Amino acid sequence: MTDTGRLIPRRRDMHPVPYDPEYKTSLTRSPNLPLLSLESTPSEETGPRFGHGLIGALDNNLILNFSKGAAPAIGERIRLHGRVVDENARPVPHTLVEVWQANAGGRYRHVKDTYFAPLDPNFGGCGRTLTDENGYYEFLTIRPGAYPWPNRGNDWRPMHIHVSVFGHSFGQRLITQTYFEGDPLIARCPIAATVKDRGQLDQLVAPLDMAASRPMDYLAYRFDIVLRGRRQTMFENKPEGM
Amino acid sequence: MVQKLGTLTETASQTGGPYVHIGCIPTFAGLPGVYPEDLGLSPIADGAKGEVITITGSIYDGTGWAMRDAMFESWQADGAGRYPDQLGADPAVNGFCRFAADKDSGEFTLRTIKPGAVKGHDGRMMAPHISVWIVARGINIGLHTRIYFEDEDNSADPLLARIEQRPRVETLIAKRIAAGQYRFDIRLQGPGETVFLDI
Ligand SMILES: [Fe+2]
Repeated sequence: MTDTGRLIPRRRDMHPVPYDPEYKTSLTRSPNLPLLSLESTPSEETGPRFGHGLIGALDNNLILNFSKGAAPAIGERIRLHGRVVDENARPVPHTLVEVWQANAGGRYRHVKDTYFAPLDPNFGGCGRTLTDENGYYEFLTIRPGAYPWPNRGNDWRPMHIHVSVFGHSFGQRLITQTYFEGDPLIARCPIAATVKDRGQLDQLVAPLDMAASRPMDYLAYRFDIVLRGRRQTMFENKPEGM
Repeated sequence: MVQKLGTLTETASQTGGPYVHIGCIPTFAGLPGVYPEDLGLSPIADGAKGEVITITGSIYDGTGWAMRDAMFESWQADGAGRYPDQLGADPAVNGFCRFAADKDSGEFTLRTIKPGAVKGHDGRMMAPHISVWIVARGINIGLHTRIYFEDEDNSADPLLARIEQRPRVETLIAKRIAAGQYRFDIRLQGPGETVFLDI
């Protein structure tokens, strides 16, 4: 877990296309001009660190964190867990993972969400945790509902949880979404479909993980996350061309 | 056949969506109390060394509309150009801030100290700058850019030097509107499009 070295350049073809006619909002929110590609500098190789003092006892328990433990949220109880590693397959320890999601009916607790599925008085919809020394994280939550959204005539988001990860450098910053194994809406979702590489889309789908589920309590889904890695070499500290 | 590389591929990005604020700045989003306070409220604490500045601006989509739902993160060095984990860094500068476009006006404000110049790997100095990362509905992978300052010497900055079309350099330079106050507008697409970074 050396935190030195240049960041490995992003493989943009392994990411969603910025401009996708099937996802209408992307049409006016994607640059026309090429990105300026450069080697990382200390400004991208450093990044904010967050300590354990930040994290409250219920922060990674979305079933209880909104009511402060007073009453559980409604829905199918699930555990979302996995590891954060980098492209060199090294664990990313002590990094902040944040999640947000709709409630079991597919409604977000947000003034802009006017879907008529009801709010759950005991569900807020956000959580956070730090990975442990092996890059491992877990959340307890309820399975989010699918929801309709204004795009094409009848688009529905598959069940998903939004995930934000920091890594140890600002250039590793990543927001993604985790989908659930077996959801037929994934194949119909224009946002999921912005990822053109089939293998990369598959990596956004969390498999059911019976071994990590608890009888008579919750099902588990496994979602591993890969962040950009750093080039590991001893040739790095020489002037270019030498 | 050849040996198998043990390297992995970075997880694909997905848009932060319209409710990114719920996850990142829940109190701002109207969910107070889940956490004691939102993360990244300020990049500086009292006593931070350097000039306190505010940067205001808007982020415009390809139609010229000031977006109301964008969220930003900034990362910067202290007044002497040191990042928080570096030797001698100012303990009152944590360097990280989260801020959002106002839901009515679309305007954002970043209050911080002006960073110092930062030494690059090759020893060349990078002019004072703040790194910015932008997420919103319709942005499928977060956009990186930098804020430089009109009243600093940017002539030898290695990143700005790489911009072939010289008028585009201006899109990365905050304009000084008063003492300690700057304006930095971001254009996602079209005329005056901001230079975004693959870095
Ligand atoms: Fe969503």
